[in-house]
Amino acid sequence: MKAKIIVTPKKAVLDPQGKTVQTALEHMGYRGVKAVHVGKYLEIELEGTDKEAARQQLNEAAHKFLSNPVIEDYRLEIE
Amino acid sequence: MNFVVLQFPASNCDQDAVHGVRTLGHSARLLWHKENSLGDADAVLVPGGFSYGDYLRCGAIARFSPVMQAVKQFADNGGLVLGICNGFQVLTEAGLLPGALIRNRDLQFHCEHIYLKTVTNESPFTSQIPSGKILRIPIAHGEGCYFADEQTLASLKAKNQVLWQYCDATGNLTDTANPNGAVQNIAGICNDRRNVAGLMPHPERACEPLLGSADGRLIFESMIHALQSRLAKAA
Repeated sequence: MKAKIIVTPKKAVLDPQGKTVQTALEHMGYRGVKAVHVGKYLEIELEGTDKEAARQQLNEAAHKFLSNPVIEDYRLEIE
Repeated sequence: MNFVVLQFPASNCDQDAVHGVRTLGHSARLLWHKENSLGDADAVLVPGGFSYGDYLRCGAIARFSPVMQAVKQFADNGGLVLGICNGFQVLTEAGLLPGALIRNRDLQFHCEHIYLKTVTNESPFTSQIPSGKILRIPIAHGEGCYFADEQTLASLKAKNQVLWQYCDATGNLTDTANPNGAVQNIAGICNDRRNVAGLMPHPERACEPLLGSADGRLIFESMIHALQSRLAKAA
């Protein structure tokens, strides 16, 4: 099984990386970019086939460690 | 007094912290992160550096080191803990202090002297700082921007937990004086029990005039004073 976790900064948190990338895109000539948010992507390869058990474990890991709930949100997909 | 300075893989201000305490005539020793006991520690310093390469998030991995169990116990029992720079990051990740430290708003690493205004003398980390004295202390960080949500900020304010704010040479809390974009120019805070504190600047690098400022001594002297008072009361 493969788990995909996307960690993004919370809306309330300053994202200077996102702003910088947005400005760079504009300078490069790309129009219509309203906003850019830079986050993190993790791929975790798992043994077994029990998706629900894996989801439970990874939600806990994502909340406790892989993301910082004070400043980040996360999305978890398991395939 | 015995200060214990934690050492994680890639801590790099641990020796400075030990030296800083020793210039004040007190005892300090290094404690490797895998140790389970703080021994006879009177106070714990969590030093600066790039523990675990700042991988995932600054301090995110160090907070799970074995020694942190002992530190949490020590803090729960009222022991004094001070986190400096990466140490502050470790303490917020460990939930021993509220809020979080994020990337500097200009995305630059700042290595310079800054000025700090001490917001309150009512803490074991600030009691010996003369009222109105502006501290000149060096910073060296890329992720020192303090963030907390509105609710947390209101709580910090209500319980007088903000200890230091970035200011200009005359004590004004200006935006220019804020090196990293920290909300409300917050440079350091304490927990609601007032026994755990963290700050981004490096007081251990400001303990001798030779290094450009000895203002950092006042923070350690405050801790020593608090420890000595406790000892006197217990006697």
